Amino acid sequence: MYKIILAFRYLLKRRITYFAVLAVALSVFIVVVVMTVMTGLVNDFKQKNHDFVGDCVVGTESLVGFAYYEDFIQKLESEDFVEGISPVVKSFALKRRRGSGLDDVVEIMGIDPLMHCRATNFGETLYFHRNNVSEMFVPTYDPNLAGCVQGIDLLLYRSADNNYPHEAILDRIGYSISCFPLTARGALAQVGTDIVNTRTFYNSDHSHSGLAKVDGTMVYLPLEQAQWLCGMDGSVKRISAIHIKFKPDVKMETGREKISSLWIDFKQRKADESQAYLLDTVTVQNWKDYKRATIAPMEQEQTVMTVMFAFVGITTVFIIFVVFYMIISHKSKDIGILKSIGVSNFNIVQLFSGFAFLVGFIGSAIGLLAGWLFLLRINRIENWLFEHFRFQLWDRTIYAIGDIPSQVDLKVVIIIFLSAIAACLVGALLPSFQAALQEPVKTLQVGQL
Amino acid sequence: MNQNNAILVSEGIHKSYRMGAMEVRVLKGVNLTVKKGEFIAIVGASGSGKSTLLHILGALDKPDKGIVRFEKQNLSSFNSGELNEFRNKMVGFVFQFYHLLDELSVLENVYLPAMASKSVLGWLAYRGRAKKRAGEILGELGLSERAGHKPYQLSGGERQRVAIGRALMNEPKLLLADEPTGNLDSATGNGILETLEKLNRAGQTIVMVTHDDRIARRAGRTVTLADGKIKD
Repeated sequence: MYKIILAFRYLLKRRITYFAVLAVALSVFIVVVVMTVMTGLVNDFKQKNHDFVGDCVVGTESLVGFAYYEDFIQKLESEDFVEGISPVVKSFALKRRRGSGLDDVVEIMGIDPLMHCRATNFGETLYFHRNNVSEMFVPTYDPNLAGCVQGIDLLLYRSADNNYPHEAILDRIGYSISCFPLTARGALAQVGTDIVNTRTFYNSDHSHSGLAKVDGTMVYLPLEQAQWLCGMDGSVKRISAIHIKFKPDVKMETGREKISSLWIDFKQRKADESQAYLLDTVTVQNWKDYKRATIAPMEQEQTVMTVMFAFVGITTVFIIFVVFYMIISHKSKDIGILKSIGVSNFNIVQLFSGFAFLVGFIGSAIGLLAGWLFLLRINRIENWLFEHFRFQLWDRTIYAIGDIPSQVDLKVVIIIFLSAIAACLVGALLPSFQAALQEPVKTLQVGQL
Repeated sequence: MNQNNAILVSEGIHKSYRMGAMEVRVLKGVNLTVKKGEFIAIVGASGSGKSTLLHILGALDKPDKGIVRFEKQNLSSFNSGELNEFRNKMVGFVFQFYHLLDELSVLENVYLPAMASKSVLGWLAYRGRAKKRAGEILGELGLSERAGHKPYQLSGGERQRVAIGRALMNEPKLLLADEPTGNLDSATGNGILETLEKLNRAGQTIVMVTHDDRIARRAGRTVTLADGKIKD
């Protein structure tokens, strides 16, 4: 009991311990805030990619695409673990606004509106047709025109205060989209003056996926139109990928393995077909692997950040070590007194470890509370700074970030809390052992007073 | 000397210290027997090894050579746990500079040895009795009014009486006092000696170290430590 009482009294009476508590609180505050924001950004980014892709993709990187997809889709439709299937054409194109002399390089994505919105969350990204996705390629100003959906950043500029200047009705603007159609062997399908396929589309909607690259480069077209533009509409039609959504109770990897096994079987059955060679380039990937190139750098940044905070942890350990070394140097008389009344070395270690635990516990609690309160108001603080000083953590005209993530993850909080206490215990361990090994006769000598 | 009635016996105690390159032999074969209920004063010049001897007798320090027997038990055969229990239950130390814990109140300082010997649950069960006994001790020492004060709020004499109270808390068989009046004026020191005499009359065995012959004369027996040996 004396250990608890003395640990508390040392904490309250020694001003230097306030600095130790403050150091722990500051470290915890910084780690909680930055980890929450960073983890929030990474999770948000992953979720947006997941929403955009669906759960699984059977596809090829080749611009030629692959054939016989309709048979495979038919097979998938009979599987009870599959909820949505969407055939997709992906390629690059030149986009020219009617009346303009400039071409922009864009990516095109040919989709079937209903199928794609069932396999992905694409419907949620639309502005005008969110509740009527089947009409997404029908311009409201003239339903007879061929429509296209463009990534929002191709049409609108986001203001610094994170808003797009949406208008009630889209302007009637035509865009000519040109592609180089390819044969199944990868050669140009047309020669001479008709080397490209061009067709005019009119704005029917815009899509805001929250993914900067997608929103800044992607033009969505009806599947058949995209197939024609890319030369994939021959007697044996081709596509680039099939996006698949699993039923909610299906685990991601289990679903992918089942699709993979179905694909292997399908490929064997099609081995004798004329364009069977195109199936060799097709892979079956879950959404994470499919978007690995995009997600990996962000995860790497998160890892680097975690390593940097490990250094913050080491600094905290060192601060605690110095503080405890100083405290114990001043408390050598107390250690001698305690030993003279029969207190064991182990109990001395326990006493100072308990003291360190209190410093860690209180410091972490203060840091977590302050961090939580700060995160609750982080967006308001940023807005206020922007209104008064035009300061933003991320320039919204450049970064595809909406609100700063402020959702504190309980698991992260628990890890930080326990790590801070552990850091204090580690920092106090050596001085505590040093204290325990002090000889009472030396500490009680007149010269030591 | 008849050793049947002895509570503490030291035989051939040697102790030396290293000061730089030099070895200083402080104790060179000290033999001392302390009988139950005795009040012994160990006198000697400054640096003669009085405090060192007292620390060895109370198991705060270990001799290089020789044996200390407490109630016929050889202290050098004790393991560290037994030594801690010996220091907690069998002996009480009173130091020249009181050595009280500033973070604790007077009452807490007095019952600290009782608290140190109990687990948290054990202490919660025993706390009432310990506080009562500590209160009684403070009453006997004339410090009832000071129970809630902190050591730095007391005079030197009061602090030393608190230190005596702490030493007596677990009713030790042996009280070891190292220059208990060395830091006090003569009137206050006299009060402390009266307290020790009173305790001795009540049956408490006391070994006191002092360099002052006049103070030593207040004890029942005086032994002199010179050249590292006892000269009766």
